Amino acid sequence: MDNRSPTLGRPDADDPALAQLRTVLTARPRPPRPGPLTTSLVFGWRTLLRIKHLPEQMIDVTAFPIMLTLMFTFLFGGAIAGSTTEYVQFLQPGILVQTIVMITMTTGSSLNSDVVSGVFDRFRSLSIWQPAVLVGALIGDAVRYLLGAVIVLVLSLILGFRPEGGFLGVLAGVALVLIFSFSLGWLWTMLGLLLRTPQSVTSLSMFVMLPLTFASNIFVDPKTMPGWLESVVGCNPITHLTAAVRAAMQGTLTSGQTGVVLLWCAGLVGVFAPLTMRLYRTKH
Amino acid sequence: MNQRSCGEFVIEATGLSKAFGPATAVDGVDLAVRTGEVYAILGPNGAGKTTTVRMLSTLLRPDSGTARVLGHDLLTEPGKVRGRISLTGQFASVDQDLTGRENLVLLARLFGFRGRDAQDRAEELLTVFELTEAGSRPVKTYSGGMRRRIDIAAGLVVAPELMFLDEPTTGLDPRSRKQVWNIVRALVNGGTTVLLTTQYLDEADQLADRIAVIDHGKVIAQGSSVELKASVGTGAVHVHLADPAEREAAQRLLAGVGVAVHPGAEPGTLTVHIAEHGASAADQACAALQRLSQADIGVATFGLAYPSLDEVFLSLTGKPAVDQAA
Ligand SMILES: Nc1ncnc2c1ncn2[C@@H]1O[C@H](COP(=O)(O)OP(=O)(O)O)[C@@H](O)[C@H]1O
Ligand SMILES: [Mg+2]
Repeated sequence: MDNRSPTLGRPDADDPALAQLRTVLTARPRPPRPGPLTTSLVFGWRTLLRIKHLPEQMIDVTAFPIMLTLMFTFLFGGAIAGSTTEYVQFLQPGILVQTIVMITMTTGSSLNSDVVSGVFDRFRSLSIWQPAVLVGALIGDAVRYLLGAVIVLVLSLILGFRPEGGFLGVLAGVALVLIFSFSLGWLWTMLGLLLRTPQSVTSLSMFVMLPLTFASNIFVDPKTMPGWLESVVGCNPITHLTAAVRAAMQGTLTSGQTGVVLLWCAGLVGVFAPLTMRLYRTKH
Repeated sequence: MNQRSCGEFVIEATGLSKAFGPATAVDGVDLAVRTGEVYAILGPNGAGKTTTVRMLSTLLRPDSGTARVLGHDLLTEPGKVRGRISLTGQFASVDQDLTGRENLVLLARLFGFRGRDAQDRAEELLTVFELTEAGSRPVKTYSGGMRRRIDIAAGLVVAPELMFLDEPTTGLDPRSRKQVWNIVRALVNGGTTVLLTTQYLDEADQLADRIAVIDHGKVIAQGSSVELKASVGTGAVHVHLADPAEREAAQRLLAGVGVAVHPGAEPGTLTVHIAEHGASAADQACAALQRLSQADIGVATFGLAYPSLDEVFLSLTGKPAVDQAA
């Protein structure tokens, strides 16, 4: 910068730049405080802006779904059903669940590195509905999950997936996955605030996620399992979610199936959102 | 002027304490900050400045002690306090990955400005902080001075009644430093009370109406800069001797004539403390230099300066400030 511009660099406290600063400070009346929804959406917008500036964040929702879909379809499709096209009808909704639920884990590790930056001190010192900071992050992430879901679906259609539930059925299935992911996100935000490093968040998340997704009905029908395992799998929320998504895409979704999934969502939010907020308030 | 509802003091804190595990970061700090003044907390790295500011701005719960900020109890009404203060932390207090403009629009929206208004508010602040061009670049590409200006601008999206600035000029070049000083002056002129922390006595002296010197989490001196300097001395003469071997002789000589003198960090350097004020301070400085030349001790260079923080500590506590930062 050059020294001759009319700047704040001049020592005289009465110079025009400073008079201008004083004017700007008081120029506008303070607007009314926005509500929780608006505030959350603003933080959602922040997440999207960050994606715009750090596009590498999109790798996990683009490359990862493509890899998983191809791998599971050909690996399991060939081995378990003998033919890919038949098994695809059973497997694709499961792969959608598996993929999206796996990428929700990134929410925790990215929050973990974000929350130690000074900007979170600023957010915490604002007079806003504080949970919006995290709700917004999860809303923003839901946009990433949606992109992942679209990729899985398009690829599945190419591989021969023909959902009988039609467009509306697929829409309902995706909506269930996104709502569940948003709710599960609170578990990851809690871990993101609890643990010290993004690496430890990722490894602990994996430790939780692998049994949850594999001890479920994603790849095989639980009826083929031994009785004890079948009952374990029956308690797994991922099993309920997958069953509901499968039904939605086949056009046979019942309100009972939807209800169970939504109950699980409410439970996850009810337990982990307050814990997350507690950690968020006391994190330093 | 802003509406005042809290009488004479914006901050009244008593016995604030905070420990992190076994280490006490802040140990019974009392502060009284008057409406409309600039109050400086002066102390070395690790003294407890940031911890104090974080407690007063509701980010950290004190282990013990109480404080009223703008008339609200810090512990029972943190939400009311938050609505009226603004905090610019020591490190990156805006999102480094977003542009300057995006950061300001984000905050404007959080304060309730909608659509166009949020954009306009951001633009006004960018203009007055001379960041219009830089506004479309990510903050992480900014120079130190620009970064500090966007940090401060972010705290002024709505005019706060009380602004906390944690080490606003540490690491800045002299010109950027002066800019920050002028921003602080303009803020106070506009009716905002400012509590800032600093490691530099000259900064506290230039800006602050009152200063608290803090060390090991305790306030060791408090008062106006005139009062503080009365206990510390107006300044110091930093002397670099032509022959480093003569340092001890020089020290003995000057101590003999009743001037406080301490060896500097580098060989052959020493600092003469000027205890007098006004014209006699200059006399004392001249006398000290004259004594050296009369004794044939060659002076390579000398300079007049504020006492450094270390020297302030030396005279307040009898020992140098220790850098306790981890
Ligand atoms: N989050 C923390 N966890 C552990 N120790 C801390 C933490 N924050 C500060 N400290 C310690 O507390 C003391 C005061 O720190 P701080 O308030 O940051 O000092 P200053 O801002 O004056 O440099 C230091 O010894 C520092 O190491
Ligand atoms: Mg500090």
